[in-house]
Amino acid sequence: MQKKKLEKPFVKVVPELCKGCGICIEACPPEVLKFHDKFNTKGYHFAYYLGDDCRGCGVCFYACPEPEAIIVYKKGYEYEGEEVA
Amino acid sequence: MASKVLQKPASFYDTYERNPSTDKKMPHYCPGCGHGNVHKFIAEALDNYELADRTIFISPVGCSVFGYYYFDTGNIQAAHGRAPAVATGIKRAHPHSIVISYQGDGDLAAIGTAEILHAANRGENITVFFINNAIYGMTGGQMAPTTLETQKTTTTPTGRNARNEGYPVKVAELISQLEAPVYVERVALFDNKHRSRARMAVRKAIKNQADHLGFSLVEILSPCPSGWKMDPVDSLHWIKDVMMNQFPLGVYKDNTKEVEPYEAPKMQLSDEEIKQAIEIIPDTEKEFKKTEYAERYANPEIKVAGFGGQGVLLLGAALAQAGLLENYNVSWLPSYGPEMRGGTANCHVNVRNIPVGSPVVNDPTVLIALNRPSLEKFEPVVVKNGLIIYDTSLIDIEVQRDDVEVLAIPATEMADKLGNTRTANMIAMAAFAGYTGIFNRETLKETLKTAIKRKKLLAINEKAVDEGYEFGKSKRPS
Repeated sequence: MQKKKLEKPFVKVVPELCKGCGICIEACPPEVLKFHDKFNTKGYHFAYYLGDDCRGCGVCFYACPEPEAIIVYKKGYEYEGEEVA
Repeated sequence: MASKVLQKPASFYDTYERNPSTDKKMPHYCPGCGHGNVHKFIAEALDNYELADRTIFISPVGCSVFGYYYFDTGNIQAAHGRAPAVATGIKRAHPHSIVISYQGDGDLAAIGTAEILHAANRGENITVFFINNAIYGMTGGQMAPTTLETQKTTTTPTGRNARNEGYPVKVAELISQLEAPVYVERVALFDNKHRSRARMAVRKAIKNQADHLGFSLVEILSPCPSGWKMDPVDSLHWIKDVMMNQFPLGVYKDNTKEVEPYEAPKMQLSDEEIKQAIEIIPDTEKEFKKTEYAERYANPEIKVAGFGGQGVLLLGAALAQAGLLENYNVSWLPSYGPEMRGGTANCHVNVRNIPVGSPVVNDPTVLIALNRPSLEKFEPVVVKNGLIIYDTSLIDIEVQRDDVEVLAIPATEMADKLGNTRTANMIAMAAFAGYTGIFNRETLKETLKTAIKRKKLLAINEKAVDEGYEFGKSKRPS
């Protein structure tokens, strides 16, 4: 399959690995992260991406204390298949 | 090209198998804990500089005691406060390794003050990350050396009073006053700019070590929302508004541009030179060949025990030296009370064909007991089919076990007849060799030349070796 390049950056929060501390939400410059109304199996209201306007700056990635709760895909990220992870 | 994705650094384990929790993906830290950020910065730096394969991460005591759950590097967990001492040993033994000492404020600035001060003063080429959250977080928020003035903790319920509890210890300032450190900076985790600054400091401190520049310490003001009883976001504001007033940020020392890279010269002593230096090789050109003996006696792990003054330690040392002469791998570990005479003494001896992993002998295959308490104490721990040698002149009980070999020898009486009761130890030693066949008699006599400091006693000890060896040999099972 041919590789495609991501045209718009975006951020993914893994709900089960988020402890709901809210630091990413406080840190995000374009303010596109919010607490979800639902909570995960650990009982935390996890953060989620509103779905638009992520700039791929990576600020949330470094603000997040969890190793893999946040993944930031920048513009130009190469991927295969229909969607990014 | 910069990476187009920011995700978990590869220097973390994929899953945290060492964590006994059922959840192998989520670290044990509380929500909003600064350890996670610093861990991430370190792991990312190790990725970028391709250092993970030669990094040894030293966990302290505190919440980050479980650093070894997460970092896919070498890992050692040190006793409380001792991480810089452990780091020193590792770095010197493995100069090519990247050694990271990761410590909290209770660990580094209280119980470990001496270790960090002297490691820094020696300019050890290690990297120290000092996580300062102003309290003992793991144990429930007690006052730490770094607790702020007037700060309320569980042990300073009315606030820290400098008149009573002293002032906060400012580690970055302290360490920067020393001559040797090359890089000391205090950073803080509270907003994007300062997290970025902290990330850069972490990278630099690791790079310095890889470049052989010397000792680097980064103090990181880090949130402990649980210990501070705050919301994670509020705890960031507290760092900015309160903590930073007493712990000013900045680069306290940076000599990295001026210093020359330094790599300690490799120790060039040969095995022979080392043996000479520590006086374990007598002046002899003679070669001592290994003997042939029954397979069940191979690789003995020996415990020698008795009163202080019976020559217990010397007996063990002579056995170890005989092993050296015959080219075995040996170790000798003494264990004794403060008394020169009369207390209990024992030593652990390994004489092995294979390398000695630990000098400690917990399950001896051979026990040489020179008094009754020693026999009573150690008889139960001798392995099945092991060998117990005991001095019947001083021990009025018998070995109770029937699953071990026993050699009963009236060593002290035999020594008395020779004219010096203090040669009983050499009689017992030689009896062990004669019984098992593990050493040549000539080898044992050679060890006497260094073991016996008073030369006029040499002859009588040689006789003792003869007597003991013959005795042991006469009892050897056919």
